[in-house]
Amino acid sequence: MNRSVTILHTGPQALIEDLGRPGNAHLGVPPSGAVDPYSLKLANRLVGNAETAAGLELLLGGLKIRANGSCTVAVTGPATEVRVNGRLADSHQPVHLEAEAVLEIGAPQTGLRNYLAISGGIDVPEELGSRSTDLLSGIGPDPLQDNDVLPLGTPNVPAGADVVPPHQVPQTLVIPILLGPRDDWFDDAETQLQQGSWTVSERSNRVGARLNGTKLNRRDGEIPSEGVITGAVQVPPDGQPVVFLNDHPTTGGYPVIGVVDRDHLRFLGQARPGTSVRFRPID
Amino acid sequence: MLLRRCGTDALLVEVDSLSEVAAVRAALQGLEGIEELVPAARTVLVKGALKQVRDALATADLTKVPAHHSREITIPVSYDGPDLELVAETAGISPEEVVELHTGATYEVAFCGFAPGFGYLTGLPKELQQPRLDSPRTKVPTGSVGIAGEFTAAYPRATPGGWRLIGRTEITLFDPKAATPALLQPGDQVRFVVA
Repeated sequence: MNRSVTILHTGPQALIEDLGRPGNAHLGVPPSGAVDPYSLKLANRLVGNAETAAGLELLLGGLKIRANGSCTVAVTGPATEVRVNGRLADSHQPVHLEAEAVLEIGAPQTGLRNYLAISGGIDVPEELGSRSTDLLSGIGPDPLQDNDVLPLGTPNVPAGADVVPPHQVPQTLVIPILLGPRDDWFDDAETQLQQGSWTVSERSNRVGARLNGTKLNRRDGEIPSEGVITGAVQVPPDGQPVVFLNDHPTTGGYPVIGVVDRDHLRFLGQARPGTSVRFRPID
Repeated sequence: MLLRRCGTDALLVEVDSLSEVAAVRAALQGLEGIEELVPAARTVLVKGALKQVRDALATADLTKVPAHHSREITIPVSYDGPDLELVAETAGISPEEVVELHTGATYEVAFCGFAPGFGYLTGLPKELQQPRLDSPRTKVPTGSVGIAGEFTAAYPRATPGGWRLIGRTEITLFDPKAATPALLQPGDQVRFVVA
């Protein structure tokens, strides 16, 4: 049996992602991986895959694929329209595709990124222990193009026990942030973060969520480059914060005022340009 | 030594010199539960196992330069870089003497960053410690060997860059498909030879 799918339309951006390649920052290699790992893991569980299997991360939907053999798929992330051979199907549920069936995923009503898992997982070669596309460093598979054929691994029996409703991405985010390591570069970092307000910039991507709004006042100058982690909020001289997402550079020379709580980072990764953002400093 | 909080599960260890960075890295390397250990110019970022990390740092002697080097790497270089004359002129020596100085020293990978596999090598002779170009190049070819400040490095792939280029190497510095993707890792000893 032919275990593969063919990409008929990629939509705005379709990437192969798993849980990334953490542990290689000392080589200058970003962690990469799904920006909303909860949604990818859920999709994998719904089709019987290990949570670490590679699926697709879709920016604003628009994906159309053909199953070349029968397989089970699940679409997760923000609520969106799923169709099989033109007929409406469920997101956040396992959906069976017969050979030659065509799956279409619409643009989500809120949020940015949907995840598609396919039984067996996308079976492309690993690079540094991961199949993830890293848009910053170019490691991993290229972004998908129309007519690409993706091989699938060996499927397991779907467990299908999860019941998780699609999440709505709120119009206003309040993000907990732990001050440091360089909050001493700012006059009263806590008050500045507490009282400021921002919106998500159009220039946001998998490298970082860029925010426009209150200028964070900081000392002039640069730090000798130092290691940064995912969720770090870096403040360039213009005072507009950048929250590092999965494809972030491993080192940086701008002061990091604080680090966003890991459980809340995915909401920034799902936030459309224009979404309001406030920070809630925690100690 | 200053420990700076970096989220709930990481610390930025700030020290005064590259040799102290090497000592911190050596003290923490191999501790069970560490997820990332990222040396840089004056800091080491460590993620995971924070209790064990704090314990290890409490007893670490930063004056002790780690003696053990796991690997020695030789990089063959064609010394025909576009800035070789500029470097010679700045140092007040001939291009041949630049090559002698650059191949005569033993370097250590202090840290990696900027791009995958880009290692910042220390041990550069004083005469070759020179500023970056006034205007960075938009594209530095893969394999270019350059100098900047106290560092020398080879570019694993074509990127923008402002280092003064003295040569190039054909050696593969980074291959994500290889079993060991990065030729250079922090702590490695490196020598350059004429190709």
